[in-house]
Order: sequence, then structure tokens, then C-alpha cells
Amino acid sequence: MKSLVVVGNGMVGQRFVEALRSRDTAGEWRVTVLAEEGRAAYDRVRLSAFFDGVSAEELSLHTEDSGVDLRLGEPVMRVDRQRRVAVTGGGEYPYDALVFATGSYPFVPPVDGTDLPGVFVYRTLDDLEAIREHAKGRRTGAVIGGGLLGLEAANALRLLGLSTHVVEFAPRLMPVQVDEAGGAMLRRYVEELDVKVHTGTGTTAIRPRTDGQAVHGLTLSDGSWVQADIVVVAAGIRPRDDVARAAGLDTGERGGILVDTACRTADERIWAIGECAAVEGRCYGLVAPGYAMAEVVADRLLGGQATFPGADMSTKLKLLGVDVASFGDAHGATEGCLDVTFTDPATRVYAKLVLSDDAKTLLGGVLVGDASAYPTLRASVGGPLPGPPLALLAPESDGAGTRSGIAALPGGAQVCSCNAVTKDQIVGAIHEGCADVPAIKACTRAGTSCGSCVPMLKQLLAVSGVQLSKALCEHFEHSRQELFEIVRVRGIRTFSQLVTEHGRGRGCDICKPAVASILASLGNGYVLDGEQATLQDTNDHFLANIQRDGTYSVVPRIPGGEITPEKLIVIGEVARDFGLYTKITGGQRIDLFGARVEQLPRIWRRLVDAGFESGHAYGKALRTVKSCVGSTWCRYGVQDSVGLAVALELRYRGLRAPHKIKSAVSGCARECAEARSKDFGIIATDSGWNLYVGGNGGFRPRHADLFASDLSTDDLVRYVDRFLMFYIRTADRLQRTAAWIEAMDGGLDHLRAVIVDDSLGLCADLDAAIARHVESYEDEWRATVDDPERVRRFTSFVNAPDTPDPSITFAVERGQPVPALGERRPVVLGLPTMGVSQ
Amino acid sequence: MTDTLTERWEAVCPQQRVEPERGVAALVDGTQVAIFRTYDDQLFAIENRDPIAGANVMSRGIVGSRGEAPTVASPLHKEVYDLRTGECLDVAGVAVRTFAVRVRDGMVEVSAT
Ligand SMILES: Cc1cc2nc3c(=O)[nH]c(=O)nc-3n(C[C@H](O)[C@H](O)[C@H](O)COP(=O)(O)OP(=O)(O)OC[C@H]3O[C@@H](n4cnc5c(N)ncnc54)[C@H](O)[C@@H]3O)c2cc1C
Ligand code: SF4
Repeated sequence: MKSLVVVGNGMVGQRFVEALRSRDTAGEWRVTVLAEEGRAAYDRVRLSAFFDGVSAEELSLHTEDSGVDLRLGEPVMRVDRQRRVAVTGGGEYPYDALVFATGSYPFVPPVDGTDLPGVFVYRTLDDLEAIREHAKGRRTGAVIGGGLLGLEAANALRLLGLSTHVVEFAPRLMPVQVDEAGGAMLRRYVEELDVKVHTGTGTTAIRPRTDGQAVHGLTLSDGSWVQADIVVVAAGIRPRDDVARAAGLDTGERGGILVDTACRTADERIWAIGECAAVEGRCYGLVAPGYAMAEVVADRLLGGQATFPGADMSTKLKLLGVDVASFGDAHGATEGCLDVTFTDPATRVYAKLVLSDDAKTLLGGVLVGDASAYPTLRASVGGPLPGPPLALLAPESDGAGTRSGIAALPGGAQVCSCNAVTKDQIVGAIHEGCADVPAIKACTRAGTSCGSCVPMLKQLLAVSGVQLSKALCEHFEHSRQELFEIVRVRGIRTFSQLVTEHGRGRGCDICKPAVASILASLGNGYVLDGEQATLQDTNDHFLANIQRDGTYSVVPRIPGGEITPEKLIVIGEVARDFGLYTKITGGQRIDLFGARVEQLPRIWRRLVDAGFESGHAYGKALRTVKSCVGSTWCRYGVQDSVGLAVALELRYRGLRAPHKIKSAVSGCARECAEARSKDFGIIATDSGWNLYVGGNGGFRPRHADLFASDLSTDDLVRYVDRFLMFYIRTADRLQRTAAWIEAMDGGLDHLRAVIVDDSLGLCADLDAAIARHVESYEDEWRATVDDPERVRRFTSFVNAPDTPDPSITFAVERGQPVPALGERRPVVLGLPTMGVSQ
Repeated sequence: MTDTLTERWEAVCPQQRVEPERGVAALVDGTQVAIFRTYDDQLFAIENRDPIAGANVMSRGIVGSRGEAPTVASPLHKEVYDLRTGECLDVAGVAVRTFAVRVRDGMVEVSAT
């Protein structure tokens, strides 16, 4: 095994280690990561979200990997190239290959007073924590630097309640990204937020208070004075090449560890990636090029030949709530180029396209106020304009304008620049069967980083031969959401009426269960009465889960996973008496397998009499609310997680939905209940509950996102109510909450607006719908076994009800019955194909 | 069609036991048969065994239509079969056996030849 030492555990270093580890299946490399910061890699791009209440844990990019020796708080001081060791305060680490991923440090201009208490930089979580601490009780703040970082810092100070100034030496804000007119538009937005902007002026000194203990304000080069109790310096970044330089490695003209397009230094064992690298002399201050370098070196270390293709410095940002984008030759540096500009003071949109001298080729551009055209435009740089300029620039141009635009894009154009995925690759994936955005993401990685190309993915789906038809199936042209509205608004109560009036044919295994679920969600009573019975999938029809041999499994509800010994004994006895295979599920309940159709009512008679209810394991419905033991027993617990889980499970039991819904509650941040892998997960805090939404396990595991923090139990329940009902109303058939949120325009923010701020005016309706559900809930199994007419459906053969299906037989495995299938053939599932995007 | 004289019909159940757009299973001469009634009251009978999964479950599938064809979908992996011919519409070359079925004096009868 060869030794690999990685210096730095920032965004790029982390991506590199993940890329290498996932491909180094033969275990060629033993990896040691030496990190200066005391915490593992986190999402620096989203750093400012920290002031929006996103916790350090949520920003974390760390993944547990026992094959990586991660040493936090142990910076590399020296690299001895002769002896091939990296030296830290803690020891020496020999290497066969060493990768620098040391990032940048903030540039602090050489003026007096930068070392005063109250003066900060803006780079690490520690910086932000210190800023927050110092801002307590202060009133004014100033940011030196009006670029991307400076504006982020200014917003942070605003959020901390300070009256804020921004000082920029250049004549406009964001001088690197936008031009004069764009800068002016941006300035109007920023000033409207009560941030005072000083452009075209430098800072000559940072002055202390008379006691000399802390900062008091800034003197500017135009002689004016800005009072500030806190100063953030965001005047640019410089690559961290000090250790490499001291080891005798070359650096670029403007700093950065000099490497070739393989990201290798002149020493063939040493590499550099991310912001610290100067690839052929050029440094890149964005994360996407850094990721590309990480992939290159991972490939090279495993014998590949990848090279770094260069990267464009296009950016799209939301700064202080304003969309700003620049791409290609934004400043019109190309000789003879032409500008097309569009300024609309009413909607306050500014846009500029830079065209070649013959006005045929798009070279670059700037967008301020509305950046919806950015993905299409960026991808068109270097090619013909994808439509008439004004149609492309006018706001809301994602109608006809950009649609013709995307079709006109050349196949080689990069649609996702973060992961270097071209239009051709995406169209290829669509033709291979990717029918929605999540599928494209899974298969090509497009849209998985910054997400700005997602609208383009949707358009590509729309224009690709594979029409993104919203039709549920051949019987309905409507989407599930539309059918839901039709059924709800028109008060339709049967499938027959719906298909006659709004569809064609007699339905199928797709639309019937979907409509059954809609009818059930709208409170149409017992799911097996009248025509509703014919709509149900076999699982819902027999209120049990069909298994490979045609027998069923039975799952009684065990709310929160809490069960008395008496009830446990009943389950044991039932299983024993009916010869059922028993297994504990991941959802903290007990699954009993091998029940024949005609046994189900008898099994449930016993269970119902002992106080059990249906667990709805067979339904697209709430499954379990799992819980850890919480503050009742656990010495770390801060809230009663079991109590809440039981209450939630009872509240939502039986609620039919587009797909199954899972939940969990943890009693403290240690998260023993794995709540973040659930559709809605709850984690106790000292003062209430944090609610997470959109998680799932399965094929494409996903952690839930923080929806709201420190909620009271009442608020929590209210939000969950609305979340579930809104999901039930608007999701597609078989769309889990994660995909639903991902596909939603505006994503999580929109969801929050709907649920918390009632932006659609729906909340009263949603609340009422849940209230109806809670009131009208009845246990389906009790309703079944209490009614002989209903029980009659559970027969093996109409003409021989006492004869069990003779083809069902069991063998014994580890002391339990298992199906004895003549030929146990494995079931072939459609597996997603992984596209390699390089 | 088989000669009606030599055909043997086995009465299986009263007609109303087969609900519209649903199926029941019956044992006919030791063979498991799935009998379906479509919305327009036509009856169909096919072998109850899912030829792909090997389990006797077809009677528990969802009844519907594809184009003109009355269909049933296997409850295990949802392959759709034409009730008239037994042909699987999703997997080429797969089919289930069909049986003649009729109503006499309110009883559903299946041909047992
Ligand atoms: C507030 C903010 C907002 C940003 N927004 C965007 C954005 O919207 N889009 C975008 O593309 N980019 C953005 N960036 C830039 C982006 O964060 C960087 O491009 C990215 O983090 C670079 O990754 P890196 O691994 O090269 O460097 P870093 O993430 O900085 O990681 C380098 C790590 O190496 C460590 N290190 C340094 N020297 C040593 C040593 N001698 N020994 C051990 N460890 C060492 C450092 O402590 C650090 O942890 C933003 C940056 C900030 C600060
Ligand atoms: S999550 Fe917290 S309260 Fe719950 S079991 Fe784990 S440590 Fe205890």
C-alpha cells in the first residue's frame, strides 16, 4: 500500500478524498488528511447560511470513512521533499504522494488597526462564530470590500441587527463580476436594504476607541469617517502557497502553487488542487474548478490520464436577495465586440449580452435582478445566440424565449458547469430512460451541486422526444395533482364517475390505486367498500403485504416502537399459532410473514381483540414514527421523544398519501432515531424541536433538510400537518417527499413560505383537512373483522373456501418457516445506470 | 371452440360473488383458475398462476383496460395480461392459459376440459 498525504480538509480536499476512495477499489492508497481547522470539511460556499440559523453540523461535508485517517487541528508546518515527509506539530507523515488543498487566506490590506479587537475576516466557521459573539449588543458595522464576499458579509451584519456600511475601492460594487450599469442597479437594491454604500474610496485606517480596547470606525480616503463597532475585512483572497513555497516548489506570478494541467507540481510526487493551485499560472476562486481538479488528481493517482480543461469563471449568486450573474467575457474585453443591454427601471432588471463583432456569437454577459436566463445563456457562450437577444433578456424569458434557446444549444455545451455535464450527455440519459430531474441527477450528476442548471434540465426533458407528459397513464391526461383537485373541487366520489367524465377506458394498475389514494385522502371512508375495493392494489385490498409466494405479511401498529410485554406476548402467540415467520423491522415493529389470504381475518381477530390496530405497512400511507428512548431514560435526552412519536403516529395513522411516509423523533442531537433519513424527522433541542423534511433511505438515500428550529410542540404539529397535507395534494404518484421538494419551484424556501407564512392562502384548508382526517380515522382491520360481509372476501377459493392454496409450502430456515418455492428465481429490477461524465 | 356436447362445465359460484372489475380464485379439477368480471359484466377466466413469478395470485390483480383490451395486472410485478387471450402485453412470449366461462341459472361455470 502506498501512502497519500492530503494537506487541508476544505471543500476541495474533501471532494478529492471522496473521489479517490470511491474509485480506489483495490485499496492502493492509504490516506492521511492533515487539517488545520478544528472541524472536518464543511460547505464554505454556504457559509453565510450560518446566520440564517443553519447549524455547523448541517454545513458539514464530512463522511465517515474508516479508510481515511483524518487529523483535525494538525496543520502541516513543513514538507521535507528529500525525506518525503510532511511535518506537523504532532509528528512526521511519510508520503508516496502529497496533495496540497490548502485553499486561500483572506487578504488584509496594510492599514493601521487591522489587529484591533472587533476586526474580523470572513472565511471560516470560527470567523463567523467570533463575529456573532462580538456583534452582541453592538449597533454599527462596516465591511471593507464590495465584492461577492463583502456583500455576503454585509448581509450577515444586517442579519445580526447592525446598521451596515460597505466600502469598495473600485467605482462600483462587485467590480469583478458586473459592469458599471449592472453595478448601479445592484447598488439600488443594496441601498434599499439600508446598507450604506461607499464606492470609489479606500480605507486609510481603522481607528480604535479612545480606550484603545476595540475598533471605533474607519477613515476613508475621501476624508470621511464611518463609525463601526465591528469591521469585517473582505478585500480579496490569496492562495495559501506558503508551505509549498518553503519546500522549494514554484509558485505562479500572482501566487498559487504552480502546477500543470494534470495538477502536478515540478515534483512528480506533489500535487495541488483547489484555490491554492495555479494551473499553468492561473488560480480559480470558485469551488467548481476546484472539484474538477480534485477529479483529475484522483484519476491520475489511480493511473488515469485526466487533465484539467480550464474553467470559466461564470457565477450566479443571490446576494442580499438579488440575483446576480455574470458569464463569459462579461466586461466586453474581446476586440470589436458588441453590447446589447436591457435596463428596466420598473422591474429593476439589468441585463447585458456581449456579442462578437458580427453579432452572431455570444461571448458573455451580465444579469442583475433576474437571472433566470443564466443557465441557457452561460451554456451558449462561444456559440450562436439561442434566440433573439431581447427575447432572451426580457424577464420571465423562460417561456418561449429560452425554450427555443435550449433547443438551439450545441450538444457539446456544458449545461452543468459544476460537474462538467454537457447537453449531449443529458439528452443521452433522457433517451436511456431518465424521465425526471431526480433521475437525471442520479445518472449524470448534473444539477447536484449548485442547482442552477435544474431549470435547464426541466427544459431539456420538455423538448426531448420523451415528452415529459404529466399524464398519469393512458386513461388520464392529468397529473395526480390535477386529478386530486378535480376530485376535491367537483366532489367526485367514485372512480367510474371520474374516468367517465375526465378520462377514457377502464383504468389500470397505475391510475386505479392513485385514485383510490386520492379518495382515501379526501376522507371517503373504509377503503374496501363498494367500488373503491376494485381500485386497490392487492396489498390494500387484503390490508396486508403480498410476498413472493402469494402469501401476505402482517404488521400491527406499535406506535413509536413502544410496546408492553403483554402485547409482545400476544404477537408471539399469534405467530406461533399460525406458523408465521417473524422479523423485527427497521421501523421498530414486528412483521409476521407467511399468512394465507384466508388466515388474515382470523389473525387480525386475535390482534384486534388484544388492542392492536392496522400498521398500514401495506398502504401508501404513514408507516411508523420511530423514536429513541429520549429523556425518560436516556441520560443525554432533552425531550420526551417517545411521547412525541406516539402522539404523531396516532395523529397521522391511516393517512393515505402519494407514497409511503416515514418519520422519527430523536431525544437530542445525538440522533439515535435516525430522524434525518425520514420524510419528516424531529430532533429535540434544549428549547423545543427541530423539524427536518424530505429525507429518505432506499435507492437514493438523502438526508432531510432543516425546515424550522426550536419549535414548540404546537407549532411543530401544525407545520407537520400542513407539510403532509400539502404533499398529499400536490405530489405526483409515487413521489416521495424528497423528490417532491426537489421538483418544487423555489424548493424548500417556497415550502416554508406556504407552510409558515401561508403564502398561498392554503393553510386554513390544509389544517381543516387534517382535522377531518384525525376525526374520521377508524382502524381498517377492526372495521373488517367486525363485518362478516367484508370478511368473506378473504377466501382462498370461491368454491372451496376451506382449502388452502396447495401450492404454498414452507421449508425451515434458522428455526422459522420460509417459502419453499420450486424454483426460487431472483426478481430482476430495473437498476439505474450510472453514467461516467468524463 | 370445443364441441359443446363433450364439454364439461363446472359451476363455481353465484354470479354476484364475482364483483365487477375484480377477480376470484376457484379450484376447477385441481387447477387454480382466476375468474374476472369486467365493468360491462363480461366474464373471463385465466389460470391463476402468475407465469413469471410462479405464485397463484392472478385473481388478486387490478382489472382494467389497455386500448381495447380488457386486462388484469399481476399483483406481484404488475405485468399486464389481455384477459381475452391470456397474452402478456408487457413481456413478449409470455402468456397464461385461458378457460371458457359462462353464466347458467345465476351460477358462474368454467369449462373443465
Ligand atoms: C463566504 C464565502 C462564500 C463563497 N461563495 C462561493 C460561491 O457562491 N460559489 C463558489 O464557487 N465559491 C464560493 N466561495 C469560494 C469557495 O468556498 C472556495 O472556492 C472553496 O472553499 C475552495 O476549496 P479549497 O478546498 O480549495 O479551500 P478551502 O475550502 O478554504 O479549504 C482549505 C483548507 O485547508 C486548510 N489548510 C490551509 N493550510 C493548511 C496546512 N498547512 N495544513 C493543513 N491544513 C491547511 C485550511 O484551514 C482550510 O480548511 C465562497 C467562499 C466564502 C468564504
Ligand atoms: S438521541 Fe439523544 S436522547 Fe435519544 S437515545 Fe440518543 S442520546 Fe439519548
